[in-house]
Amino acid sequence: MIMKKLTTLGKISVIAVILCLVTLWFYPMWRIDLKAPQYPGGLTMTIWINDVKGDVDVINGLNHYIGMHTIHKADFKEFVYLPLTMMIFMGLGIVVLLLNRKIWYYVWAGIFMVISIFSFYDFYKWEYDYGHNLDPQAPIQVPGMAYQPPLLGYKKLLNFEVLSQPHIAGWFFIVAGAILVSVSFLEWKKRKAK
Amino acid sequence: MNRFSLILCAIGVITATQSCKMKNTESVVGGDAAAKVYVAPGKYDEFYNFVSGGFSGQVSVYGLPSGRLLKVIPVFSVNPENGYGYSEESKAMLTTSAGFVPWDDEHHLELSQTNGEQDGRWIFANANNTPRVARIDLSTFRTAEILEMPNSGGNHSSPFITENTEYVVAGTRFSVPLGNQDVPINSFKENFKSVASFISVDKTSGNMNIAFQIALPAMNLDLSHAGKGPSHDWFFFSTYNTEQANTLLEVNASQKDKDFIVAVNWKKAEEYAKAGKGVKMKTQYVHNVWNEETQSATSKTESEVLVLDPAELKDVIYMIPCPKSPHGCDVDPTGEYIVGSGKLAALIPVFSFTKMTQAIANKSFEGEYHGIPVLKYESVLHGEVQKPGLGPLHTEFDGKGNAYTSFFLSSEVVKWSIKDLKVLDRVPTYYSVGHLCIPGGDTKKPWGKYVIAYNKITKDRYLPTGPELAQAAQLYDISGDKMQLLLDFPTIGEPHYAQACPASLIKDKSLKIYDINKNHNPYVSMGEKATKVVRSGDRVDVYMTAIRSHLTPDNIEGVFVGDEVYFHVTNLEQDWDVPHGFAIKHNPNAELLMMPGETVTLKFVPDKQGIYPFYCTDFCSALHQEMQGYLRVSPRGANVPLKYGTGNTEPANTTAAK
Repeated sequence: MIMKKLTTLGKISVIAVILCLVTLWFYPMWRIDLKAPQYPGGLTMTIWINDVKGDVDVINGLNHYIGMHTIHKADFKEFVYLPLTMMIFMGLGIVVLLLNRKIWYYVWAGIFMVISIFSFYDFYKWEYDYGHNLDPQAPIQVPGMAYQPPLLGYKKLLNFEVLSQPHIAGWFFIVAGAILVSVSFLEWKKRKAK
Repeated sequence: MNRFSLILCAIGVITATQSCKMKNTESVVGGDAAAKVYVAPGKYDEFYNFVSGGFSGQVSVYGLPSGRLLKVIPVFSVNPENGYGYSEESKAMLTTSAGFVPWDDEHHLELSQTNGEQDGRWIFANANNTPRVARIDLSTFRTAEILEMPNSGGNHSSPFITENTEYVVAGTRFSVPLGNQDVPINSFKENFKSVASFISVDKTSGNMNIAFQIALPAMNLDLSHAGKGPSHDWFFFSTYNTEQANTLLEVNASQKDKDFIVAVNWKKAEEYAKAGKGVKMKTQYVHNVWNEETQSATSKTESEVLVLDPAELKDVIYMIPCPKSPHGCDVDPTGEYIVGSGKLAALIPVFSFTKMTQAIANKSFEGEYHGIPVLKYESVLHGEVQKPGLGPLHTEFDGKGNAYTSFFLSSEVVKWSIKDLKVLDRVPTYYSVGHLCIPGGDTKKPWGKYVIAYNKITKDRYLPTGPELAQAAQLYDISGDKMQLLLDFPTIGEPHYAQACPASLIKDKSLKIYDINKNHNPYVSMGEKATKVVRSGDRVDVYMTAIRSHLTPDNIEGVFVGDEVYFHVTNLEQDWDVPHGFAIKHNPNAELLMMPGETVTLKFVPDKQGIYPFYCTDFCSALHQEMQGYLRVSPRGANVPLKYGTGNTEPANTTAAK
């Protein structure tokens, strides 16, 4: 029964998911905005699939007071593995389309969920290390204070207000996930139709 | 009964007198003035107002309508506040043929123009005392170039420009003998010349060069303005002392009923110059250029200037008679009307460009002045503004057909119509107005919203500050039929001419930081690892960096009394508004301010042994007070090796040097 063919909607959804993920190479995934009185325009760090951009140098300059490690693109092996993983995942989408069986669609959707959960865990872990692993010789030391940025949403860190949220490609990534979940559900419901 | 009516009469007179008391400030400031000049905290002004600093030698920048001082740009005077004229990089900017001159008197400003409209690229400034012209870059608000004028004394009718900034002029106020000849002063008529220099401006770089000089007969060139539109090819200079006096000018230069406005066809003069009709004269003048890449100035001594003799220039120069020692010489936005302001006259003559060209064609001359044709006054005159006030000085235009003239003696600004020469309105100034300014008021496109009067005397206008008082500006709203006084604000130095332009022309291209990757100062330290201290003979070069919140190196030893120590401090920051400063104890010099990405050098020659603290002078960060270091200066010949670093905590050697 689960070896049945994909519906037309299912086929279109594969293309849609791939297109959503292509945005990862054109737009940032995530943005972290910082605001403080002496930075009226705010500071923004954008996280791309293969890079970290924006006011990184300025943020690095500020963070040395509290002993946070400086952020450098080269320190993130994710910037190599993540694009590779996503390319393979998109390639698998084509395979799903060619095989044209529901079962492989469910598997493909499952892989996406695993990638997503692992990515968020990795992001959280990086934020945790970055915010807790401080230089003991730092000029400013606030007992009990950690500087872990929020995974999603707002947080106040000393004189800075920090807002963390998806950027354009991040939203498309979320849309891709939503398509995969809902289409899987529809395919499951319509399994007896043909 | 008689006595009773007498008392009644007396009461009547007193009552009448009460109701016509003398006009004071309260009677001229309207109720909504405060709202019109209020720029809320954090909001921007609508206009930049560049105001000459007079005897301060600098150019100040105010916001309008608030009158808030935004910046003082050091131009012709040293500025210990940021090291201009004190740092090794900037010293060359103030070099002249007479060596380093630390001060000047800065009178007039002109914003660069394209097609007769302000383009917000550069502003030009004159130095009156040691004749020079400066160009200030409006992306950095820094002096980019200073060019000395040979054959000049008192560079007053300067730096007025042509419609496309083709030329900046520099007319000498004091006639001087060409080539610094040694002649008797009373041979003024024979040996002295009033030279008008035409400085070409490169369209892209802005670089200035003296294209040619016209050696006019001995007299005083006062002010000038270029033609525009139909009069594009012409430049007009006001003159006084056509009596050619060389002593007690107050009396001797005020004898003639009329002096002249000199009309120069610069297009034709340019042709003569290009055709090689002039004389290449040997002379000496210095040309200083600031290089943005090396962040330092270089001085070049030029040795030749092309001088044109008016006797050989046919159809190029004409004299327009103008009553009583004219001062201001202003051209209206259409380019048709030339307003001369005889500072001792009781009227304002307005000349017509069309009539002038006809008069030239018809050879309507009344004579010659040292071989230069003098046009008939009536044949050039558009008309006279009758009884406008006393002591007219300068005129600006609102672009709506009205002219605004300042009156020094009667302390007022008078609005009149160019077409029918009728006085429309007058407002008092406090006191003795000199120049005035309307944003774009001397261009083809004025923004006729405000007029600003620059006053010479303030007396009781502000809280007293001893005998030496501030001079002041006054802002008037001219958007309606009647001028309305809005605001007084004190100025630095003495304000003469000023320019104003919409903020939008400049604000978005204002530089925030210097890109450190483009820093080609030969003494730059690209990062802390590149810092070092190098000795060669008695010269010690300290390659230092500054970043929040430390200097590297911050401990330096092995320097001896009499060494020439050069601190080359690179600000490694790449964030907006994070300058660092640098100063060292007992340095008979000044401090440095280094903008982000910039390298600046301070020289120090210690003449006594000791420990000399140095520190960052610009409150840069929370740990600014920690941003400090020590230089150890040992007696000559002491056995102290060269040593330097930051953060080295090796055990101390507690013994003193032997």
